[in-house]
Amino acid sequence: MVDPRLSDAPGSQPAKVSPWRDPRWRSYAFQAVLMGVIGFLVYEAFSNASENLKRQKIASGFGFWDTNSGFPISFSIQHYSEATSTYGDAFWVGMVNTLLVAAIGIVLATFLGFIVGVARLSKNVLVAFVARWYVEILRNLPLLLQLLFWYNAVLKALPGVKDSIRLPMNSFLNTRGLTTPRPIPEDGLGWVGLTLLLGLVLTIAVRIWARRRQESTGQLAPVGWISFALLVIIPSLAFVVAGKPLGFDVPQAGRFNIVGGLVFQPEFLALLFGLVLYTAAYIAEVVRAGIMAVSHGQTEAAYALGLQPNITSKLIVIPQAMRVIIPPLTSQYLNLTKNSSLAVFVGYPDLANVFTGTVLNQTGQAIEVVGITMLVYLSISLSTSFVMNWYNRRVALIER
Amino acid sequence: MDKSVSSNNSQPFVQHDVIAPSRPPSNLVGPVAWIREHLFGGVFNTSATILIVLFLAWVLPPFLDFVLFDAVWTGLDREACIFNEAHPIVGACWAFIKDRFSFFNYGTYPIPERWRVDLFFVLLAISIIWLLKLSLPRRDLGAIYSFIILPVISYFLLIGSPALGLPIVTTNLWGGLLVTVVVSAVGIVVSLPLGILLALGRRSTMPAAQVFCIAFIEFVRGVPLITVLFMASVMLPLFVPREFEPDKLLRALVGVALFASAYMAEVVRAGLQALPKGQYEGAMALGLSYGQMMRLIILPQALKVTIPNIVSNYIGLFKDTTLVVIVGLFDFLRTIETARIDPIWAAPTVSPTGYVYAAIFYFIFCFAMSSYARTIEQRLSKADKR
Repeated sequence: MVDPRLSDAPGSQPAKVSPWRDPRWRSYAFQAVLMGVIGFLVYEAFSNASENLKRQKIASGFGFWDTNSGFPISFSIQHYSEATSTYGDAFWVGMVNTLLVAAIGIVLATFLGFIVGVARLSKNVLVAFVARWYVEILRNLPLLLQLLFWYNAVLKALPGVKDSIRLPMNSFLNTRGLTTPRPIPEDGLGWVGLTLLLGLVLTIAVRIWARRRQESTGQLAPVGWISFALLVIIPSLAFVVAGKPLGFDVPQAGRFNIVGGLVFQPEFLALLFGLVLYTAAYIAEVVRAGIMAVSHGQTEAAYALGLQPNITSKLIVIPQAMRVIIPPLTSQYLNLTKNSSLAVFVGYPDLANVFTGTVLNQTGQAIEVVGITMLVYLSISLSTSFVMNWYNRRVALIER
Repeated sequence: MDKSVSSNNSQPFVQHDVIAPSRPPSNLVGPVAWIREHLFGGVFNTSATILIVLFLAWVLPPFLDFVLFDAVWTGLDREACIFNEAHPIVGACWAFIKDRFSFFNYGTYPIPERWRVDLFFVLLAISIIWLLKLSLPRRDLGAIYSFIILPVISYFLLIGSPALGLPIVTTNLWGGLLVTVVVSAVGIVVSLPLGILLALGRRSTMPAAQVFCIAFIEFVRGVPLITVLFMASVMLPLFVPREFEPDKLLRALVGVALFASAYMAEVVRAGLQALPKGQYEGAMALGLSYGQMMRLIILPQALKVTIPNIVSNYIGLFKDTTLVVIVGLFDFLRTIETARIDPIWAAPTVSPTGYVYAAIFYFIFCFAMSSYARTIEQRLSKADKR
């Protein structure tokens, strides 16, 4: 006997299911309820907000963007003056400051992180021990504590201007920060920069050509030497030929003050120090995991094929490790950028400090100000993750 | 070789006894060889060893001097810790920590009511041990106790209820360790269920739920915690009716809990993705409903493999609680910041001492959590290797 419900005979009807038990209808109903609840909450929030704003007499809209800000910012690369600049200008100053500390921090943290990560795998027990405890300690302390420590207990405790610590290369370290010689570009530096740019383009071209040739013929080209020549030797030659077009404004230690030079404020230094040391500990773990993810058989197979150890690591280990390393590395970069908002606590004028701090206090327009700030961080994060997804698709192993 | 067999052998040149293997050359085994290989193999290795020894010799003795040998252990105010003829070298000012110890723990919680905070800490410790120690009995009851009973008891215990004879203590008096623990505990308790819901929503086939969950998760993960706290602190009061205006602690709790849930959702999602599809298909073939499938088959396995990640997420959350300062709460770090600039204790070594104390405190908690995560990881990998 065939169960009539299972038979395919023409004319047989699919079993009737009450809408209450039909997964399709259930899902529609659930989604309708969900959207209803969210819609209700959003509506309530907006109506409450407009009522509260009216009651507190807070303006809404973005009219404040072009009004004069009237507050000073202690550190800015571009022109900013408290008398003439607007809130919009303040926004751009904060944004550039955020990107500046994030960019320098990312470069330094990557260097330190790779060194510590490799050191953790070192055969030298002492090196591995120090690297391990560096990671353990820095990762297990809140970043805010580290920032406050660097700022209040180290940089603020440095000697005063009169007893500045002299560092090599005419630099001074004191309670007002680090003063280094300020590079001054002279005529002809543009040509050197152009040579460097040209060298960069040529290097990329040579690398692509070398890879294609290797894939088709198996011959290796001395890419490293060519890149070195294009990126270092030729620009240096151009620098000499152009008559060394770079001067330095060397700081001079007077009796009460240090004149000239480029001053890095303690706020900037503390934030940079804290972010770099903290993120480097995480990057070290990422690097270690990446290297350990390359199975031992890969190295052994390369040795069996007769590859030298340095070629093995260049052609076999590093490319495979990088595939594991890069995605979490990017998220560490994003973390560093987001963590740079802790600048609020040491007084470095980054976006969060200038905008959600001072501008919010002055205008009181919480929704607009917090909204803009979030939008900036969000667009940095989302654009990075789009690039990351594209890269991941490119390097992903093509499986059957 | 067997003696009895070899004695019957008449060939004279055969070696009858097995020669014991000779010892390897002394420079390849033993402590000397170990030191050679692990500390002085090659020029680079040797120089690294020397540099590190020099570095440790430069850093460790002054640090130990500061923290232990030159430290001041007793005293009532700054006089004990300032430089003068009697003690020209002053290390860490532990007298300051001793003096302010209860401030660091309770903030400005009224002194006669502080037993309530202590009781809360004890109840919390019971819940943590019950949940984490795998050999204890009835850990399911432990979960009910920690996630349902304890929050209710704590609420009445800490805030108070005149009906039970406990005077009300408003949250603006709370501070120190209490605030840090409350914020992280609420974050931990709320973020797991909310994170599971968000992760399930993100993987569901219902477009409305999926879009909402993706938008929420990506939004929260894309912005710094500070801005989320700012939002909770300045925008939340605008979005609710005037009569429900939340107090500062509640605002921070909402911000931290939402932030932690988004991160937890991604951790749980990774666990869900790690499960083979056959588990879902098997559950559906058995005719389990969606709820039964998740509760009985999927989540127990997915959460198990992801426990180490959940714990490291909690470590991040615990460290992030320091940021609640921004909305005006007195957490542990903030009490230290406040105490160290107090003129009564104005001495040069007070600030570093405060930071060292905070560092030890946070390190112990975070290191304990990460060690626990590592133990679980080892247990799991042992189970896999079977």
